[in-house]
Amino acid sequence: MKKIIELKNISKSFDGEVVLDHINLDIYDNEFITLLGPSGCGKTTTLRIIGGFETPDTGEVVFMGENINEMPPYRRNVNTVFQRYALFPHLNVFENVAFSLREKKVPKDEINRRVTEMLSLVALKGFEKRSVLSLSGGQQQRVAIARALVNQPKVLLLDEPLAALDLKLRKDMQVELKNIQKATGITFVFVTHDQEEALSMSDTVVVMSEGQIQQIGTPVDIYNEPENAFVADFIGESNILDGVMLEDYKVRFSGQTFQCLDAGFGKGEAVDVVVRPEDVDIVPGEKGKLHGVVTSVTFLGVHYEIIVDIGGFKWMIQTTDFVDVDERVGLYIVPDAIHVMKKSKYSGMFGDYSTFSDEMEEIGGVEIEELGEMELESGSGHE
Amino acid sequence: MNKKTRSLIQRMTLTPYSVWAVLFIVVPLIFVAYYAFTDQSFRFTLDNITRFFTATSQVDDGETVREVHTYLVIFWRSLRLAVISTVICLLAGYPLAYIMARAKSRTQSILLTLIMIPMWMNFLIRTYAWMTILQDTGILNGLLTALHLGRIHIIGTEAAVVIGMVYDYFPYMVLPIYSVMAKLDVKLLEAASDLGCPGLSVLRRVIWPLSLPGVLSGVTMVLIPSISTFYISQKLGNGKFFLIGDAIEGQYVANNLHFAAAIAFILMVILLACMALVQKLANRRVIVA
Repeated sequence: MKKIIELKNISKSFDGEVVLDHINLDIYDNEFITLLGPSGCGKTTTLRIIGGFETPDTGEVVFMGENINEMPPYRRNVNTVFQRYALFPHLNVFENVAFSLREKKVPKDEINRRVTEMLSLVALKGFEKRSVLSLSGGQQQRVAIARALVNQPKVLLLDEPLAALDLKLRKDMQVELKNIQKATGITFVFVTHDQEEALSMSDTVVVMSEGQIQQIGTPVDIYNEPENAFVADFIGESNILDGVMLEDYKVRFSGQTFQCLDAGFGKGEAVDVVVRPEDVDIVPGEKGKLHGVVTSVTFLGVHYEIIVDIGGFKWMIQTTDFVDVDERVGLYIVPDAIHVMKKSKYSGMFGDYSTFSDEMEEIGGVEIEELGEMELESGSGHE
Repeated sequence: MNKKTRSLIQRMTLTPYSVWAVLFIVVPLIFVAYYAFTDQSFRFTLDNITRFFTATSQVDDGETVREVHTYLVIFWRSLRLAVISTVICLLAGYPLAYIMARAKSRTQSILLTLIMIPMWMNFLIRTYAWMTILQDTGILNGLLTALHLGRIHIIGTEAAVVIGMVYDYFPYMVLPIYSVMAKLDVKLLEAASDLGCPGLSVLRRVIWPLSLPGVLSGVTMVLIPSISTFYISQKLGNGKFFLIGDAIEGQYVANNLHFAAAIAFILMVILLACMALVQKLANRRVIVA
């Protein structure tokens, strides 16, 4: 595969606050790559650096072998779908899509042809003369995509494009975006804080936190082989326990020794052990390796989510078997379900279900912030 | 509270304003029209109106004596000076409004205050201040002499009148444009840049059309008072540039109320027509780039 964009050692601070901390990232031709992380992790700044709206303090942005640090946005062969679309309110749907073609003085009949083609790609045929202000959120979204794609960029940047849509529409748009990406063969760089969105759409997921890349990999890799406690916690649910690697394929945690599939750690090395809630089997007390008391049971439709207290550590377990609160249960974990990670600065911060707060705080924070922004935007006053 | 009582309360809160509007806007306008179409003994006549269009006087420019339509010449001069002032206000005010809207909020409020401070001072005092600045022995010439740049004669010229108008009405141009610009979403400018527009193109294709409503209301708010102003021309133009406002004032002072009303009426009709045109322009959606 051909590299399209290389970010080399990129750092960026705003008012002395480090937003990006020596980022290295390669983006390949024709891939759907997602930058995933909580608010403030630097994902949008990374996107804006690729788009040319920010200049990195250090490092190099290389586009098809050429350093483009100093190249202004209007000369980059990259287009952006903005978070709240940024459609031109004084132009109708057709003229919004035709905007970049008119700038390039493309002949009229070619403009007509290409805009029409784009509008049918995003299923907005017949909307040419409509005012963009009269469109629904989903339709505006499609105009924004058509407007960005009509220029046939090498790379399309999408800044949380689905955040403002409701759940069902968002699911539809996820499928549609993926289809458009396949149909056009354009590289998509997608920014989101929604891990489900990232897993379902991407070829490659880049997990970011505090201005650093935590892990780059396929959705399956990221989920099954998280690099550290942050990734394990941010992607899906995880029980993360302190453990000790006794030898290759043998790890000790929660006072027991387990067979596992991990090797290559030092003898007696302290590690983080991840066990996904869906991989734990509830068995009668005497058959389990671990024993604990059920402290809460929540019915979620497909399964129950139960919290089991084992020696003070609260495990989350997803099961279709019903158990009652205060029941003593045994847990059985197959070697395949255990994933061992090196200790990191995130060790001990996540993975105990005494509270659900960590992830909720961060994801919730994003939404509150966005609501605030929307209110500011819709307010008619100015400072 | 049901709908009926709410609308009753709404109407009641409007009452003071309605009374005010009727007493001080509608009634005087009726009087103006009434006086314009009547003679000294209040009999209907069109004489006052026709006099505006037909009255002539002789202009002696040293060599030849020409016969001109007095009030049409005055009106034309008023319009010309007002348009010049408006254009200057727009050319200076538009970039300033843009810079202000993009500045930090602290800078914005400082600039806003600076623009508004002159509005807190009396109009006459401001005009007198310009007299002392522009006089042949005034501050400007003092400064020029001190810099060995010679002197200029500016008081009593059209330039002085234009300076006065620009100074007095500048805030009315900047503020409406600024308020539109401040609401302009920065993301739109980024989007334009993203779609291949260099800076000037962003200005032409996005900022300008979106700021047009502000520009139109700024132009209206500067053009109309500049056309009808009378004091500035008397003081800064040394009375040499009789404007339409001066004509109205002159007739009024001379107790020629009916003709004064006729001039005011004609001016009003023309301005209303202009405003209607501006409104129409503002309401038209600009679709094609």
